Amino acid sequence: MGQTLSVRKLEAWYGPNKTLKGINMEIEANHVTAIIGPSGCGKSTFVRCINRMHETLPGTKVIGEIILDGESIYDQDPVALRKTVGMVFQKPNPFPSMSIFENVVAGVRLNGQRNKQNLQAIAERSLRMAALWDEVKDRLNYSGISLSGGQQQRLCIARALAVEPAVLLMDEPASALDPIATTHIEELIRQLRDNYTILIVTHNMQQAARIADSTAFFLNGELVEHGATSEIFTNPKDKRTEDYITGRFG
Amino acid sequence: MKEYIRKYKNWLMLSIFVAATIIALVPLFGVLGYVLKNGLGALNIQFFTNLPKAMGLSGGGMANAIVGTLIMVLIASLIGIPVGILAGIYLTEYDRHSWFSTAVRFATDVLTGIPSIIVGIVIYTAVVLKMGNFSALAGGLALAIIMIPLIIRSTEEMLKLVSHSIREAGYALGISKGKTILKIVLPTAAKGIITGAMLAIARVSGETAPLLFTALGNQYWARSLNEPIASLPVQIFQYATSPYKEWHQLAWAGSLVLILMIIIINLAARFAFRSRHS
Repeated sequence: MGQTLSVRKLEAWYGPNKTLKGINMEIEANHVTAIIGPSGCGKSTFVRCINRMHETLPGTKVIGEIILDGESIYDQDPVALRKTVGMVFQKPNPFPSMSIFENVVAGVRLNGQRNKQNLQAIAERSLRMAALWDEVKDRLNYSGISLSGGQQQRLCIARALAVEPAVLLMDEPASALDPIATTHIEELIRQLRDNYTILIVTHNMQQAARIADSTAFFLNGELVEHGATSEIFTNPKDKRTEDYITGRFG
Repeated sequence: MKEYIRKYKNWLMLSIFVAATIIALVPLFGVLGYVLKNGLGALNIQFFTNLPKAMGLSGGGMANAIVGTLIMVLIASLIGIPVGILAGIYLTEYDRHSWFSTAVRFATDVLTGIPSIIVGIVIYTAVVLKMGNFSALAGGLALAIIMIPLIIRSTEEMLKLVSHSIREAGYALGISKGKTILKIVLPTAAKGIITGAMLAIARVSGETAPLLFTALGNQYWARSLNEPIASLPVQIFQYATSPYKEWHQLAWAGSLVLILMIIIINLAARFAFRSRHS
């Protein structure tokens, strides 16, 4: 089941640059929330704060609060937190040394699950959820990087789902993919919505309109507007949102 | 007309490149061919099974030198490979930018370029004189010191080739940094790291100078690692500088065996670790 996220006064730095300037945002469970905005507006930094990946880079700093299901993420161990908050990256990044099967179960296996039957079951369930099972079930021992780009990305989604997260962060998951592969990923996101809190960063406003229940518009490190997707796209309250979605900048 | 000049220039430059390549290859194949020509005749089964015979007698071999080289390279590998790889991991994964890692990196670069005879003298003073005798251990240690900087740098380069996104993918699954490095990053770079180690082994198995002061050489089997021990390069040196024709023959045969050993290690490094899926 998804969990709610509540972000309070979040500020983040990358070196001397302040990339997030006080974000307050409520993110609903079992809901797809899209984050749109021009390049450099802080949307990637924002999602990377939620699983505490931002702070793994040298020279970064974060202040503020993020409450996940009633508990501050900064009171939790980051490694444990990332089992609850999964992430899919912009470029598919399967582990090159591992087979398809090993990729999917990497998270659970490296965290102690050794039982072969359990691993088999987890792999099948995750690959089915990622709509990849039928394409790879006969070649689970092939290298993960032998798949096409779109399949690799679904493999990465399966890999993230195998850990059974409550929140799934997706940082432009389809931007490196062709239109057909993008359609697959979007369908998948729609199916996953009922059981996860999904936060997706996208450059593509049509994509946000197609898949997101609510949309947030970021600009220069600030959250300009956040509301139901239909509202944001048809009746934005802020002039800057309107300018952006009508293509006047960005 | 212009077109004609361009084509002429193109032809001229190409000929210069081809000529340079040929000049580079002539000594290379020259050495190989010369050793092959002189060594093949002296190579026989006795060479691999017999001990050296007294001067003037025929039928001697270098069995003890071959085994001695293998033993010392093994000792060097047992010390040098783990130390080199672990230090390489530390420098890439844990401490890429501090003054300490910059200093270590600089020191390894300097060590890589240090003449190997100096390593021999240092081990002679620090180990041989202290322990009171030449030994296989001292020889292996000297070779290990030559190996370590080579392996540190090759390990570092290979780990740097592993994209940061692979590490992030590991962290994002709730896998600890240690396990991400051990189970994800290292296997990704394994082929290159192993190749680097094999090339370091090939490099030290031909070293002569550091063994002169440390392992010394031995006409018989060494009975322990704490005794002077024979090695191919030192044996070649001693036989080649002797006045006896039989020994010159054996030195050629030894050279050929040493070159073949190094070629085999090189080829193994290249082929043994092709990726399993391709």
